[in-house]
Amino acid sequence: MRPLNRAVAAIPPSGIRRFFDLAAGRPDVISLGIGEPDFVTPWRVREAAIYAVEHGHTTYTANSGIGELRELIAKHCRARDGVSYNPETEVIVTSGVSEALDLALRAVVEPGDEVIVFEPCYVSYGPCVTIAGGAPVAVATRGEDGFTISPGAAASAITPRTKAMLICSPGNPTGAVQPAHVLSRLMEIAIERDLYVISDEIYSRLVYGCEHTCVAGLPGARERTILLNGLSKSMAMTGWRVGYACAPEPIASLMLKIHQYTALCAPHVSQMAAIEALRNGDDETDRMVAAYDVRRRYLSSALTDAGLPCPLPDGAFYVFPSIEPTGLRSDEFAERLLNEVGVAVVPGSVFGPSGEGHVRCSYAAPFPVLEQAVSRIRHFTRQLARGG
Amino acid sequence: MHAILDILQTDARTPPSQIAERLGMPEAEVREMIARWEDEGVIRRYKAIVDPERLGLERVVAYIDVSVSPERGTGFDDVAARIARFSEVRSVVLVSGGHDLRVVVEGESIRAVSAFVSERLAPLDRVTGTTTHFELKRYKDDGELLLEADTDRRLAVTP
Repeated sequence: MRPLNRAVAAIPPSGIRRFFDLAAGRPDVISLGIGEPDFVTPWRVREAAIYAVEHGHTTYTANSGIGELRELIAKHCRARDGVSYNPETEVIVTSGVSEALDLALRAVVEPGDEVIVFEPCYVSYGPCVTIAGGAPVAVATRGEDGFTISPGAAASAITPRTKAMLICSPGNPTGAVQPAHVLSRLMEIAIERDLYVISDEIYSRLVYGCEHTCVAGLPGARERTILLNGLSKSMAMTGWRVGYACAPEPIASLMLKIHQYTALCAPHVSQMAAIEALRNGDDETDRMVAAYDVRRRYLSSALTDAGLPCPLPDGAFYVFPSIEPTGLRSDEFAERLLNEVGVAVVPGSVFGPSGEGHVRCSYAAPFPVLEQAVSRIRHFTRQLARGG
Repeated sequence: MHAILDILQTDARTPPSQIAERLGMPEAEVREMIARWEDEGVIRRYKAIVDPERLGLERVVAYIDVSVSPERGTGFDDVAARIARFSEVRSVVLVSGGHDLRVVVEGESIRAVSAFVSERLAPLDRVTGTTTHFELKRYKDDGELLLEADTDRRLAVTP
């Protein structure tokens, strides 16, 4: 048979998949490897969705999403992020940020274009750039800098083929919140070099003791920035698949063209749930954020105590401790931790080479689970130190 | 609410050492704060939330709306205090609306609760009327859902 799409075939399988398979076979496993909230979607949101099903909100919606939802999104961007979008032409409701990211990349990238991604990063970024026909160019961030982006390194990675920068703050897997001055500097570079900026802000509500900086709200940013966000993390709505993209009309209209031919619209019931979440869900998010914050402090100090130096990140629900004292590679560490004491974490190397030397631990787990995981990890590191 | 109280309200048996570790505080400070709240009556008591139905126990609970003609000077307080002191009474609150006091009474049988209402509650001076609602089924008690909890359906490892 004739070859399938070679670019897709050449994308390596996700390293996270292997750990899923390893962990899935074990019933006693305690997982700190889950990239989604342990909370169930707040009942008021679920209840709104049940009501929507009962009342037959089961059809297609407008391609860009239910008008009321787009207005709520625009209002939210204005109030929280300080950036205005026309809900008629500049807001698209998508099947999660995953789809929104795909739309953004396909609207921006032409064959051979380079897109700068800051590693360690979410596992989809590189492959999505490739699928869109572009070439991801990784710029590393380092643990000793708190995984803060170096604008200088970003600038030196730019070539005549560079078309866009993809930023995610707060970030998965590090939990790092990029300081406002770093984001401003990156935006100045984007303006100087005429780059688009795609900003994945899915963790924007999960920040602790600092303010979220919306990249699209920076001076001069709006015209070249695609803002991606959604309700998966802030409202514990991962399975609903509802996110959104906001961009100036020339970009949004291209994205909408792709969306209408591929996805048609985001799930209607999920959009109805999202309306309730955006309208009345703030307190629910605040409650979850308060719980995450306590766990974050606990896990960071408990892992440090257990011999895995773990600075306190300012966002998301991950800590990214160093495993260098153990002398193991991150995939070795994660595999042995799973096999020997039954705790699942994700090796940092799956998020890019600069994630090596770290593992991602999610604190989206109730306290008793975290405590049990910590006691097992402590046991494991002690044994290692004894030369086990 | 203080984080220590949040933890105790979820699980009153969490030991101070564990609270201290979770919150990154010295254990002595946690013990001190709890002791102070106990002294000040902020923490009234530690008790178990029991689901009598699962125990197969027949308990009868009634919600009684009580109409009261208030007294000059003390309003509803004297009558409410008299009702509250009966050991059968679980709670007494003054409410707005068609009635004045909402009283929750618990007893071994419908007969025992009815007897309490007709012999103790209704004849009280200044009580002008009672309406008794017997509990049929309890779904949530003091913030505790008595239904099946949501189970964690997440995959073991996700990006």
